Formats: sequence, C-alpha cells, structure tokens
Amino acid sequence: MSHILLRHREIPDIHKMNVYKKNGGFAAFKNAVTKMKPSEVTDVVKSSNLRGRGGAGFPTGTKWLFIDNKTFPHYVVANADESEPGTFKDREILESNPLQFLEGLAIASYAVSASTAYVYLRGESWDIATLLDEKIAEMEKAGYLGENLFGTGYSLKIYTHLGAGAYICGEETALLESLEGKRGQPRVRPPFPALVGLYGKPTLINNVETLTNVPMIFANGANWYKAMGTMDSAGVKIFSLSGRVRKPGNYELPFGTTFRQLIYEHGGGILDGRPVKAIMPAGASSSLIVVDDKVLDTPMDYASVRTLRSELGSASVIVIDDTVSVDWIINKTIHFFKHESCGKCTPCREGTYWMQNITERIHSGKGTQGDVDLLLNVAKQIQGKCLCPLGEFSTMAVVTGIERFPQDFKKAVKA
Amino acid sequence: MSLAKTYPKEIKQILSKYPPEHKRSAVMPLLYLAQRAEGYVNKAAMQDIARILEITETEVASIVGFYTLYHDEKAGKYRMQVCTDLPCALRGADEFLQNLCGNLGIKVGETTADGLVTLEAVTCLAACDKAPMFQTQGPDGIKYHENMTVDKTMELIEALKGVE
Repeated sequence: MSHILLRHREIPDIHKMNVYKKNGGFAAFKNAVTKMKPSEVTDVVKSSNLRGRGGAGFPTGTKWLFIDNKTFPHYVVANADESEPGTFKDREILESNPLQFLEGLAIASYAVSASTAYVYLRGESWDIATLLDEKIAEMEKAGYLGENLFGTGYSLKIYTHLGAGAYICGEETALLESLEGKRGQPRVRPPFPALVGLYGKPTLINNVETLTNVPMIFANGANWYKAMGTMDSAGVKIFSLSGRVRKPGNYELPFGTTFRQLIYEHGGGILDGRPVKAIMPAGASSSLIVVDDKVLDTPMDYASVRTLRSELGSASVIVIDDTVSVDWIINKTIHFFKHESCGKCTPCREGTYWMQNITERIHSGKGTQGDVDLLLNVAKQIQGKCLCPLGEFSTMAVVTGIERFPQDFKKAVKA
Repeated sequence: MSLAKTYPKEIKQILSKYPPEHKRSAVMPLLYLAQRAEGYVNKAAMQDIARILEITETEVASIVGFYTLYHDEKAGKYRMQVCTDLPCALRGADEFLQNLCGNLGIKVGETTADGLVTLEAVTCLAACDKAPMFQTQGPDGIKYHENMTVDKTMELIEALKGVE
C-alpha cells in the first residue's frame, strides 16, 4: 500500500510546490474555502473518525466543534513540539512532506474560522523552521496564504515559532504559555483552550501528524479513510519503532497491525536474535508490557493496547530485549522526567527528585528492597495529584516496572 | 552595542509575527538572536529585550533559566549535545559518550582546551532510530549528527576547527 502521510517515500520531491500540486496538492484547501462552509469541513473530519495523533487519541472533528463561535479572533496552533523519548514521526513529515502538513493546517484554520495559525516547533528543529518559513513564503506567492484567498474574503497567515528545549511544552496549555512568551507551565483547566486559549481567545491545537491526514481525507473521502484501520481507531498511524530492533524507524501502517508484524516483519526482528522482554508502546511515558505470544499478536489500536494495561499514546514503540534490566530502564525514564518537570506542581517537582535519588541508589548497587518499596510508594503518591499528565507519566514505567518485573529489582538490590 | 542597533531588521521581522499588544511572545526568538554572537545571553542583552518588549528584566531572565537551549554563561564555540535518553541508550549512546570523553580528554560538562567544544548529555532529540546521535549548538544554529561513531565525531571536530 502506498503511503498517505509519508508520501515522500514514493514521491521523492513532494516537498516542492510544483510536485505537490501535480499530485493533487491544495485542491482540498481550495475546494473547502471556495465551495464549503466551515461547519461542513468539520463534518467531513468528524465522519472520518480521525483521532488526535499526539497521544491522547481525542476525536479530531469533535475538538474542532468545541471552538467557541461567540468570541473572536480564533487561533490554530500546530503542535510540533515532538519530544517524547521514542517519538520521531512528526520530524520526518515536516522535513519531507511539509506542504501536506501546511495544507492540513490551512484546512483546519478555515474550519474553525481562524485567520492566524502558529506552528510551535521544538527548539532543536532549527532547520525545519527555516524550511517551513520557505514553504510558507511559497504558499503566499502561489495564493494559498494571505489576504482574500481565492477571492472569497477569507484570509490566513501562518507563522513558525521555535521553543527552546522543554518537553512540557508539548502539553497544550504549557505550549500556549510558552507561545505567549512565558515559562512553559501548564494552566489550570477548565477553561479549555477551545474557549480560552492563545491570548485568551478560542484556540485549536492539533498535532502535526493529525493535520497531515486532513488533505488526504478530503481528497479521497471520509468513508475511504474510515475503511482503514479498526472500528475503534480509524486510518493509518506512523509507528516510531526504536530500541533493540534490527531496523528502527518510522512505519506508516493501518491501526490494528500487530506488535509482531511491526517488530518482526517491518523492524527485522531483535538484535542478535534475542527474545523480546518488554514493550513500551507510548515512549518513556508507557506502562511496561510483559511480552508473551498473546501480546505480540495484539493489534495496535487504542482499545486493544488498553487491554494489555498500557496505552498506545503516540505509538512510539520502544522494544526491550532480555539483555536489559528493568531497574536500568526506569533509572533512564526517571532522569528524563526529573529533568523535564516544570516545577509547578509539588508532587511532580519533589516526587521526581526523590524518585531520582532512590533509583540512583538502586542503580549503583547500594539499594535495598526497602528502597524499591519506597520508590513504588513515592510514585503512587504522585499519581492523580498534578495539573498535567507529566507527573502521571513519570510514574508509569516505575510502578509497572516494579510490579511486573520484580525479579529484576531483586537482582539489583542487596540481599 | 545594543541588540536593537545590531539587528534592527531581524527584530522588526520577529515582532511582525505577533499581535502588537502581545509582543511579549517575541521573547524566545529575541533570545535566540541575542545568543547568536557569543553563544550565551549576557545581562545587557536581557535588559535590551526587556526594554523592547516592555517587560521586566527578571521576566526575561526567568525564560533563560527555564528553557535548556538558552545559556547565561559562556561555553565552547559549539555545544555538542549527546542524547543519552532511553531509546538512544538502548543503542549504545552511553558508551559512545564515554568513549568520546576519553578521546577528547574531558568530562561531560567540560570544554576542550582550545575552547571549541563543550560536551553535554541531553534528553531526547527525536532521532531515536539514528542513535548514537548528537546536535551541535553553535553560531550557525542547531545541526543534527546521526548514526555517529567516535571516529566520525573526531573528524567533525577537526572540520569545525576550520570554520570561521
């Protein structure tokens, strides 16, 4: 099957305006603006069953419907702050198929009657910001951005904005704070950004991959899209495969593809032919899944992965083989979350600090079983007590690691 | 030389991205601008930015402190930032960093004697399938270097020596 998102793999120069146009580019946007009402555009996305690809899997059309039509102006922000360890899909889209992403962003902007859109990129994406600025200028020149588009009176400007190295800014309210020139710390919700977002105005925030689906849904129809994937999770997903596999990389596949297909057929199996020990399907935020044959044959969609007591999230599948000890895994994830905690909520700020102290003790061989119990205790006290999911995320691998791989911790501590 | 006098065109272009009544949004791009020449933001530049955006110097400093890509101290001309997060570490990033330290004769956080490279360990850079990898943060912005070996890295450092 040819790609829907990673189309550059079949059409190498799709980042060029003439090539993108020759392959149907901007027809969907032009058709939407000239022939459809904004609400009709949203209806198409809603009936395609597209769900948000940033991790939460929230229905995209419904999110567009939430935008408050009593207050203006509206803003749209593309979340390109991809920073979850194990996730590297948006980067490939932006580097190689940027016009399809920008067209999706333009369609979303029209659907919610926004005339200004921002692309919030992680600060490391310096070269991608330069590329997008060039593409935006080309779109303006070609009449796809700017004032009075296609003579309809609708106007749209898109701007890029670079963050500066903060995982937390992928959380949408922290992202808005950052875009407003403040420290990236999450806001109390409600009110949600659909009502009170950027500069206090109704704001739609969508992930890069989500938006990149949109032009293809309009080109081929909502039913075409819905027919792919599973009942629960429509369409295709980019699975970022990393860890102890032979061929790590991005694989665009229908939802419902099994872990076994991803790891063995696409990823070429495990390094040195070792067995899979654990899978983290949603990056460093994952609950660790103990792997057996049943797990490997589980379809990857939002509902099925939940039956394994984990989450699909952004589908960043980190594969762990039997050479790796789980106490080492959680040492890594705790260090990450300790570094990235924004400091606003005490349970997360202090909890990740203490988890780091304890995991370091265990990791250096000076820990006892009492330390493992204490670590589990601290993790559980963070849960459910923070404004944003970061605090919760910091505990997922810790709790499931200790509970599901007790033998690894027994080995790691002094008798 | 003040920021406003050195980069008038760039500042105007940055401010044009945001509604005039919300020009505080420009603090992050202005900080990148201030960092361009010397690799860190000095006190005078923070004062300039505060003046341009009509916010306090403390507010500007709080942004510098919060985000990891802004620096308030001078380091090497290039910061070599090696990702050692879980997916990279599963592919040998820790050993790579250790060997690099050995070859350069410095520890993580230190700068080579010629002032060219400061070696740092950082969190995920979204290149997990191409580990070991690092980025260089220098006068020309941020560049990715993927599927690296110590030998390739030493060659890169030699090449950086020649860059004006």
